[in-house]
Amino acid sequence: MAAEFERDPVTGRSTTGHEWDGIKELNTPLPSWWLYTFYATILFAVVWSVLYPSIPGIDGLLKHTNRQDLVETVKAATEAQAPMVDRIRALSIEEVRKDPQLLAFARTGGRAAFNNNCAACHQTGGAGARGFPNLADDEWIWGGTLADIEQTIRYGIRGEHDKSRLSMMPRFGADGMLSPAQIDDVVEHVLALSRQPHDAARAARGAPLFVEQCAACHQNDGSGNRELGAPALNDQIWLYGGTRAAIRDSVFAARAGAMPHWEGRLDEATIKMLTLYVHGLGGGK
Amino acid sequence: MKSLSSREREAAPTNQSAPGPLYADRVKVYPKRISGTWRRVKWAILVACLSVYYGGAWLRWDRGPGAPDQALLIDMSGPRAYFFDIEIWPQEVYYITGLLVLAAVGLFFVTSLFGRVWCGYACPQTVWTDLFMLVERWIQGDRSARIRLDKASWGVRKIALKGATHAAWLLIAAATGGAWVLYFDDAPTVVREFFRGESTTGVYFFVGLFTATTYVLAGWAREQVCTYMCPWPRFQAAMLDEHSAAVTYRAWRGEQRGPIRKGVAPAPGTGDCIDCKACVYVCPTGIDIRDGLQIQCIGCGLCIDACNEIMGKVDRAPNLIAWTSVAYEAERAQGRPGRYRFVRPRTILYAALLAVVATVMVVALALRTTVEVNVLRDRMPQFVLLADGSVRNGYTVKILNKERRAASFRIEATGFAGLVLRPAQGEAQNGALTVQAKPDSVETVPLFLKAPRAASGPASRGVTFRVLDAQGRLVARRDTVFIGPAR
Ligand code: SF4
Ligand code: SF4
Repeated sequence: MAAEFERDPVTGRSTTGHEWDGIKELNTPLPSWWLYTFYATILFAVVWSVLYPSIPGIDGLLKHTNRQDLVETVKAATEAQAPMVDRIRALSIEEVRKDPQLLAFARTGGRAAFNNNCAACHQTGGAGARGFPNLADDEWIWGGTLADIEQTIRYGIRGEHDKSRLSMMPRFGADGMLSPAQIDDVVEHVLALSRQPHDAARAARGAPLFVEQCAACHQNDGSGNRELGAPALNDQIWLYGGTRAAIRDSVFAARAGAMPHWEGRLDEATIKMLTLYVHGLGGGK
Repeated sequence: MKSLSSREREAAPTNQSAPGPLYADRVKVYPKRISGTWRRVKWAILVACLSVYYGGAWLRWDRGPGAPDQALLIDMSGPRAYFFDIEIWPQEVYYITGLLVLAAVGLFFVTSLFGRVWCGYACPQTVWTDLFMLVERWIQGDRSARIRLDKASWGVRKIALKGATHAAWLLIAAATGGAWVLYFDDAPTVVREFFRGESTTGVYFFVGLFTATTYVLAGWAREQVCTYMCPWPRFQAAMLDEHSAAVTYRAWRGEQRGPIRKGVAPAPGTGDCIDCKACVYVCPTGIDIRDGLQIQCIGCGLCIDACNEIMGKVDRAPNLIAWTSVAYEAERAQGRPGRYRFVRPRTILYAALLAVVATVMVVALALRTTVEVNVLRDRMPQFVLLADGSVRNGYTVKILNKERRAASFRIEATGFAGLVLRPAQGEAQNGALTVQAKPDSVETVPLFLKAPRAASGPASRGVTFRVLDAQGRLVARRDTVFIGPAR
C-alpha cells in the first residue's frame, strides 16, 4: 500500500498512501526550509551531545558541567559576601547588632545556617519539638541573652567540648532516691507550682520533699536556675511535656538532652550570625 | 527556479504521474508596485506604526526628582514599568494582562467586522516586510526588473544591487533591534553606552537577536510567516461569518474571464475580469484572489487597487475585487441589492466584551491605591507558647508605599479580647504601632500578637489588621487568623 502513491479523485492531488478508517491523507508538501530546519535541530542535538555531557559517564568535549557552574557560582557569591562576613568576624556581636545593615545580613545568613545545621532538631523557625527547646518562646533554660545563646551554640550542652555546659538531674526513681509514693507527691507539688489541677493533699506532702531534693537547682518557687540549666517549673512551657505522667517520668529517670558544640565546625562569623538569628526569633532577652 | 503561481503549483501534481514531493521549494514572490486607496492607507499606517515604535522611547515625561523621565519605560532592575502617569509595580502585572485581553478582544471584534485587517495593515510582520520590499524596490527595481536580476548571472551589477539591498535591510533590522532595548532603560544613555561599547552583554545580545530576527523574518521569511508560522490565520476563521468583510473577488461579475481585443466585441457571457493577472502580481503572498478566500490572503487590499486601476483603463465599473461580505455578494449574484450587516450577535458580543474589559481596566486604574498592604502569617512556628501561658503568633505586615514621598502609618490589630500587639523590636504605643515608610518602597514590619491561652480559643480565631495613614484615615484592613494550640 505504502509504495503505491494514489491520486485523490476529488482534488486530483497525490495521497501519502496512509489510510485511517477509510480516510486518506493528501500529500501537502511542507517548504524545504522547514525540513532543513528540522535537520538542523537534529544536527544541533548531535553537536550538543558531543560538546556537553549528555550521556552518563561521558563528559563532553568542553568538559563543562553544572556542578562546576555551581562551584563557580558559590565561589562568586562567597567572594561577594566576603566584605560583610569579614566585618562580622571582626566586630563583636553587640556591635554587629547595632549596625542595621550588618544585622539584616547576619540574620539572613543565620537563617540559612540554622536551616542547614539546627533545624533538624529545633525545626525551622526554631519551633522546637518534644525534647528540643522552642527557640522562639521566652523560656531559656541556659539563658537567652546574646552571650548565653552564643555560648550554647559554640560549646553545646552536655556535649563533648571541654567548655560544654553540663548539668545532670538525679534519677530520683531509677536510683531509688525517692519512693514511688514520694515521687507522686513531688509531681503533685510541681503541678501546683505551675498552677495546674493537682491533688492538694499530696502536693502539700510533696512540698518539703521538693525543697529538700529539687530546690537547690529549681529554686523553692520552681523558677529554675539558668546558671545550672535548671528549667523553670512554674511556667507553662514544658520541654518534655507538662502532664502528670510526663513530669513523673522526668522525676523518675531524669532528662538530659544534649546539644553538640559548633565551634570548629562552623566558622566564627557563622556562629555570630546564628546567634543573632536565634536571638531575633522573638524570645531573645 | 521556475516561477509558478500558487495556482499552478497547487494544480501541478495532477499533470504528473509521479507522486508529488514531500517537501516543496518556496516559490519566490515578486510583488509589483501599486498605488491606490488601500496602498495609501497602508503607507499611512506603516508610517504611524514605525514612528510610534522608533520614537516612543524618546518621549520624555517629568515625574519629579529620583524618578526616570522616560514616558514609556520598563525598568527591570527598578523594578517598575512606567506608562506616562501610570507607574506599575511588579505585582500589578495584571494591568498588562488586562491590556493583552483588551487587545485580543479588540482583534476579535475588528476581525468579525472587517476580516484580516490586522494582518494586512498593522501586524509587525506586514509592516516590516512592506518596508523591506520598499527598499528592495528602490534598489533593484520593480517586479520584472527583480525577476530579471534573479535570473541574470552573477556579475558586478547583481552583486552591487543585491549587496546594497541586504546592507540596507541589515541597517533597518539593526535600528529595529536597537529601538527595542531603548524601552528598558533611559534611551539617550543606552545609545551613548551602546556606541561607546559600554553596554552590558545582555544589551548587545538582544540588539543582535532582534536584528537577526527582523532581517530573517522581513527579508527572507516574509509571507511564509503568515502562511506557515503564524497561528492567527488558523483560528481567525472562528471570528468570521458570512457577513464579515474580506477582500473578495466578485466572481458573479468577473466570470467568464476573457481578454479584451481591440475592435472585437466581447463574446456574450464574458465578465468584467480581463484575466490580466494584475491582482496576482501585486499580491505580497503571491496568491490569486480569484480562487476565493484563502488562508494565505492577509487582506491587504492591494489587489483591489490593482484591479481598480485596470477597470479604470478598460472603462469598467471599479471594485471587481472589493472589501465585501459573502452574504452581500450572494445577494448581488442573485441580482438583488446587497445589504451589509455590521450589527450581528457576534459583533455585539465582542463589542460588549470590549466594553466590559475596558471598563474594568479604567475602574481598576482609577481606584488604584497608592498604598498596598499585605499581611503574612508566620508559618514556622505556627504559634509559640509563652512562659505565662499565653499564645503568641508572628506576622509580617508589608506596606507598599507607591508615592514618591515618605509617609507614616499606624498599624492596629483587632479581633477578640486580650489581644496584644507588639513589634518584633520594642514596644507598642497605645496598642498600636507607627511605621515610617520610605518613598516608593516596601516597608516590612515584623510583629507579634499575643493572647491569653483561654482567649485564643481552641484552634484559630479571626483577627484583623487595620492600617491608618497619618491623618487617621483607614488605608487597608486585612483579615487573618490567630492560631492557638489544639487543646
Ligand atoms: S489576495 Fe489581495 S488582499 Fe489578499 S494578500 Fe493578496 S493582494 Fe492582499
Ligand atoms: S486585476 Fe482584475 S481584471 Fe485583472 S486579473 Fe485580476 S481580477 Fe481580473
